[in-house]
Amino acid sequence: MKTLEEINKIREEKRKELDLRINTSADTREKHILVCHGTGCTSSKSTQIIENFRKIIEEKNIENVRVIQTGCFGLCAKGPIVIIRPEDVFYAMVTPNDCEEIIEKHIQNGEIVQRLLCKDIDNKTVQKLDELNFYKKQKRIALKNCGVIDPENIEEYIAFDGYKALEKVLFHMTPDEVIEEISASGLRGRGGAGFPTGRKWLFTKMAEGDQKYVVCNADEGDPGAFMDRSILEGDPHCVVEAMMIAGYSVGANKGYIYVRAEYPIAVKRFQKAIDSAREYGILGKNIWNSGFDFDLEVRLGAGAFVCGEETALLESIEGKRGQPRLKPPFPANEGLFGKPTLINNVETYANITKIILNGAKWYSSIGTEKSKGTKVFALGGNVNNTGLVEVPMGTTLREIVYDIGGGIPNGRDFKAAQTGGPSGGCIPKEHLDTPIDYESLQAIGSMMGSGGLIVMDDTKCMVNLAKFYLGFTVDESCGKCTPCRIGTKRMLEMLEKITEGNGQKGDIEKLENLAVNIKAASVCGLGQSAPNPVLSTIKYFREEYREHIDFKECKAGECKALMKLSIDPELCRGCGLCKRNCPVDAISGEVKQTHIIDQEKCIKCGTCITKCPFHAIKG
Amino acid sequence: MQEILGKYSKEKSNLIQILNEVQEYYGYIPENAQVEISEYLSITMAQIYGVITFYSRFTLKPRGKYHIAVCLGTACYVKGSEKILDRAKEKLGIDVGETTKDGKFSLEATRCIGACGLAPVFTVNEEVYGKATVKTLDEAIDKIMENPE
Ligand SMILES: Cc1cc2nc3c(=O)[nH]c(=O)nc-3n(C[C@H](O)[C@H](O)[C@H](O)COP(=O)(O)O)c2cc1C
Ligand code: SF4
Ligand code: SF4
Ligand code: SF4
Ligand code: FES
Ligand code: FES
Repeated sequence: MKTLEEINKIREEKRKELDLRINTSADTREKHILVCHGTGCTSSKSTQIIENFRKIIEEKNIENVRVIQTGCFGLCAKGPIVIIRPEDVFYAMVTPNDCEEIIEKHIQNGEIVQRLLCKDIDNKTVQKLDELNFYKKQKRIALKNCGVIDPENIEEYIAFDGYKALEKVLFHMTPDEVIEEISASGLRGRGGAGFPTGRKWLFTKMAEGDQKYVVCNADEGDPGAFMDRSILEGDPHCVVEAMMIAGYSVGANKGYIYVRAEYPIAVKRFQKAIDSAREYGILGKNIWNSGFDFDLEVRLGAGAFVCGEETALLESIEGKRGQPRLKPPFPANEGLFGKPTLINNVETYANITKIILNGAKWYSSIGTEKSKGTKVFALGGNVNNTGLVEVPMGTTLREIVYDIGGGIPNGRDFKAAQTGGPSGGCIPKEHLDTPIDYESLQAIGSMMGSGGLIVMDDTKCMVNLAKFYLGFTVDESCGKCTPCRIGTKRMLEMLEKITEGNGQKGDIEKLENLAVNIKAASVCGLGQSAPNPVLSTIKYFREEYREHIDFKECKAGECKALMKLSIDPELCRGCGLCKRNCPVDAISGEVKQTHIIDQEKCIKCGTCITKCPFHAIKG
Repeated sequence: MQEILGKYSKEKSNLIQILNEVQEYYGYIPENAQVEISEYLSITMAQIYGVITFYSRFTLKPRGKYHIAVCLGTACYVKGSEKILDRAKEKLGIDVGETTKDGKFSLEATRCIGACGLAPVFTVNEEVYGKATVKTLDEAIDKIMENPE
């Protein structure tokens, strides 16, 4: 247990001690070796890297050096990442065997280990994180502490203004003032729908009830998205603090966070954050003598996408099958165990403390007219810099894909990007300059979604993509209502037919009709949005659907049944790469001569297409 | 089993928490565990069965000693993870959701495990293989086959 005075003292002392984390000219003799311990880097052995560093430091008896685990730095594609502070030197793709050299050269002799520096897209070697193009257009609000602090150490969180917003709220603001501030900031839900957060808080506050709950949605079901996970892994306390502020504002003293069981590290770190907050007297009864009680509990999901839908999530917390409820009543009035409940997404919460501390005015100065602040995206697919990026609303897709993401690998062309996952839509080349905000994305038939942003190059077939998403929805439909259960299956069957070369005239129109019906008649958002990927690919790539149906042709070469591969003699230079990589020896040809494919033998695996450095092989 | 149950109150809402722990511990949800949970929480077996079958994480059959899960999330799919899955099926001679006869391997197609930055990704038990290729998978399986224990 710590009093508020003690917490403030910790903040002051720790802040001085940790100045080197954010200040390259910090007055210190210490060095901190920050090692990314997010999911990406952990899976490429960053735990071992941390152990090695610690062992070597101990063996060599080096003083004034600390090894710190942090959350994700964002540039996961270049992981495992190690950063040395205060000088802010950034090493990429570090292996456990590199630790010794880093210690001997860098820490002991002040020499930079050149070979571990990262090369930027323009081939310049970069020393500091901020110098990378990847970071230049980013603005970190929700991810402010990710990669700066040790997420398992509450005092490091406290050092960087942690639990200061809670203090401000408990002692200097009424619940109404807090809600007013959040409303004025213009913050909208980051879980997908973009509902104004302040208004949701107000509804929950106004609802009648002896008991109310605050819930955090950390189900993160969009496959290919990991923003929420990274926040929970890199800065769990900021979500704890925000949920407490929400509890104070709406009149709830109990909170639940619903996390996917597939995220063990996030679960563990969040639990640890709860435990430390209790130990420090931040969670519990009569917090800092303010009269406010609050406690938190973690609940695990169990692999059902529909449980990300808020009412299904509540069912699941109650221990039941996660089937959505009919709305209204909305959770704000009848939520968890029938009580008024506030549900927000992880990233929504991650913005709260910053709004309280810096003011609504500051927050609303960032972004576009109707979409304020920043949005975190998980950038993936055919793009050079895959990872986590946070940009001001209004940034264009082109800036994200080319300036931050470094463009498309292997000299390929951009074809489309998908936002909003299985509920969203694709954005084709002609809309690359669309500013990313809620309204603009909707206007072009996609949606913001939770933040998955998958880039596709010209080897990707859009009909196949639509089939992929439909396959997902069919698997995940909870089965409660017929249009969604049966309708999506129908659509999937039609898409399968088309990709197998059995499409018929009129199929496109049939798909469109079905889509409209499913959207109109489904109970929950899953069914209502399931046809979106089909509709948007038809909207922008109707010609491609036609080619599949009328000419039984898949130009991208992904639909195997339609593939007839051939090598363009004009482009082939006879390098033999295709031949060496073909698993069934279907390619023949002499060095420096045009190669040819034996159609009988070819199993249409597509390997040769991606291997040919001259793009000579076409489907 | 008693140890797991002991951690929870008899509140019905604890069902999914308990099932998650059981799944984690045994690798599936054995029938006798269901009976014990049913008595402990006063929930019918039918309800428990309904919950188990609703959530894809819960399985009723034991998994192989080495559980291979290939991610078919969007980021991995776009980077060609289907080929890795096809290869795993071919190499192990089983389909998704099955276990080899000797109980050694089982295969699953998962949704995103959150390591999309390293796509395509597959896992063998807890170990994550990022930026994977068909070759990485071959090597991972061969390694296990060569070292029986
Ligand atoms: C099928 C479906 C899946 C959803 N999945 C998620 C999810 O994984 N995470 C999330 O935060 N919201 C998800 N949502 C949105 C939630 O229902 C809800 O709008 C959100 O949690 C509210 O929080 P916010 O206002 O802070 O965005 C999903 C909605 C639907 C219809
Ligand atoms: S729309 Fe689909 S997921 Fe939603 S309730 Fe109906 S069947 Fe279930
Ligand atoms: S890889 Fe391309 S250039 Fe090389 S032999 Fe094959 S088709 Fe010709
Ligand atoms: S598609 Fe596959 S099987 Fe056919 S020629 Fe190319 S590499 Fe060989
Ligand atoms: S997990 Fe290490 S940079 Fe993202
Ligand atoms: S899509 Fe495979 S790890 Fe996210």
